[in-house]
Amino acid sequence: MFTFILRRILMLPLVFFGVTVIIVLLMQLLTPAQRAAAYIRSENQANQIPEIIRQYRLDEPWYVQYGFWIGRLANGDLGYSRTTNEPVLTTLKKRLPTTAELAFLAILPVIGVGIWLGTAAALNRDGPIDQVVRVLSIFGWSIPTFVMGIWLLVIFYGLLGWFQPGRISTEFAIQMAAGDFRDFTGFLTLDAVLNGRFDIALDALRHLVLPVITLATVQSAQIMRVMRSSLLDALTEDYVRTAKAKGLPQAVVNQKHARRNALIPVITLSGFVLIQLINGVVITETIFNYPGLGQWAARAALSLDYASVLGFAVFTAVAVVTANLLVDVLYGVIDPRIRYG
Amino acid sequence: MDAAPTPGFVERRTALGRWWQSKSLRRFRRNPLAIVGLLIVLGFVVIAAIAPLVTPLGRTCIRDLGLTASTADAYRDVRNPAFWQLMFQTPGSCYRMPRVGFSPIPQTPEASGTLLGTTSQGYDIYYGLMWGARTAFRIGVLVVGIGLTIGILVGATAAYLGGWVDNVLMRFTDVVIAVPALVLALVIVMVLGNSIVNLMIAIAAVAWPSYARLVRGEVLRIKQLEYVTGAQAMGRRSFGIVVRHILPNAIGPVLIVASLDIGSIVLTAAALSFLGLGPELGYTDWGQMISFARSWILGPPGQPLAYWYTSFWPGLVIVLFVMGWNLLGDAFRDVLDVRGHI
Repeated sequence: MFTFILRRILMLPLVFFGVTVIIVLLMQLLTPAQRAAAYIRSENQANQIPEIIRQYRLDEPWYVQYGFWIGRLANGDLGYSRTTNEPVLTTLKKRLPTTAELAFLAILPVIGVGIWLGTAAALNRDGPIDQVVRVLSIFGWSIPTFVMGIWLLVIFYGLLGWFQPGRISTEFAIQMAAGDFRDFTGFLTLDAVLNGRFDIALDALRHLVLPVITLATVQSAQIMRVMRSSLLDALTEDYVRTAKAKGLPQAVVNQKHARRNALIPVITLSGFVLIQLINGVVITETIFNYPGLGQWAARAALSLDYASVLGFAVFTAVAVVTANLLVDVLYGVIDPRIRYG
Repeated sequence: MDAAPTPGFVERRTALGRWWQSKSLRRFRRNPLAIVGLLIVLGFVVIAAIAPLVTPLGRTCIRDLGLTASTADAYRDVRNPAFWQLMFQTPGSCYRMPRVGFSPIPQTPEASGTLLGTTSQGYDIYYGLMWGARTAFRIGVLVVGIGLTIGILVGATAAYLGGWVDNVLMRFTDVVIAVPALVLALVIVMVLGNSIVNLMIAIAAVAWPSYARLVRGEVLRIKQLEYVTGAQAMGRRSFGIVVRHILPNAIGPVLIVASLDIGSIVLTAAALSFLGLGPELGYTDWGQMISFARSWILGPPGQPLAYWYTSFWPGLVIVLFVMGWNLLGDAFRDVLDVRGHI
């Protein structure tokens, strides 16, 4: 188990190296002046571009640029974001909890509902639950994030007026800026509770409802489908028949023997879910005007703010690689064949 | 087809008949969802094909077909070369949504005299949806083509040469897969600039790794078969073996899996376009039409659903398109038993 994890951890720098090389190579499609724009803080600096090109070695061969770029990355210098008017790293740090709050709340229903409904469907094959789940999953699987988000807004914001886009209502935003609201975690709902402001926590939650539903629908549909089909497969296995023949209660057979094995493909998929979640966050945050990393990256890409988009790309690559590592380790925990294989 | 089989004789069937009666196809035919998927996809193919004939063409499009105001309807005539040009060598301007007035506010079908209303700036929704099907298939087919070419090159090279080449190529593939597709495509479109061609390049650049993996797996499997050993023993060069003996046998399942990706490829394109990183303004493209709708979620006071048609129709079309491909893909994967390709 230890060597297995160690081997996976050694893959991390390799993937990081690959991703950063790709990014630096892509930057070669830009002119040195365009690359220099990533380090400019204001329009007054426009005449300093030749100087910046020299200082940051932006006209050297790409591998030299790569070396210097990595060096700056190690020092936390990812350039300057024109979109938010602050260094890229500052924005990343500031907006990460905002996005994490949304992603965290979305992942819970994804995993929980997906596995639960998938199990229920498989155990009642061709029964009414199964039929409902299958129709739901086809629909959820086929509706793109941006269509879902817009439709939800039209109904629940436009027609019913229950939920608004954004992260917090203006009145509370003003109170928070003026009063002694303290940031503890960056998770607004949690911070509000810690500050004793339950009205703010409730308001923040209300703003999270639609984005969470949007993000979770597509993902849970996939988990549900995979869980259903892999549990159906597992239920026909010899060891399940053996367990039944031993006289074990049906519930024990289902839970201990069939379901545990059926979870393996679901875990494979959950590594994939994170990638999908990052894709989804970019779109969902844009639709709901939710001030997280995704909205920032999408806005930055539109205004050709290279520093921000590349910073976001590096960040997502690291996040995905780390998550895949966790998934692999989880694999080893659940499936002994992988641990010792 | 042959005459009805007489009892006592071996039933003779044509190749088509054998295919129709094959186990895989019978399994496919018995799956109602697969049939629904197939019908939806075929429906979109028909829409894409006949879009030029059932939509009111814009003025620039008619001009680029070499027609004037007096002969504007000549393109409906099969004998006129303009018809064939419109169908198969469509001028780029026909992919622009014609504008019915320049109102900044969406117009209802009644007010604008169009079938489904207009978006802000007077773009005809019906025209955009019908021609959008053409755009979708163009993007889907071209991206799958480019992605597949790269995938086959990388996958076959890695599998046949093995050793460090295999290692380097497949680790590179891992790296590209590790970056979320939308983010990588975002970076590429941003660097290359907004246009439909760059959009396709960006999506192909994120689509090829899964094909490379698939091709590699197939080639590795076939490489061990006896006939390949035979070809080696006869002294064929490795390049010849790959091209003549291995690839033709490896390509079938890969081709099917790749073509079933058209749904998700169009989805990625629409998502990028929705974010504003797609083709230029006014291009017939579903993602852009949905992004128009973003400004019209709220109606005027007292009429909350006044602009429902701006988001409903494009959304519905995208959902149906993706659903059709998903159902079809699911059934095919079931029949072919291609596991692990998500």
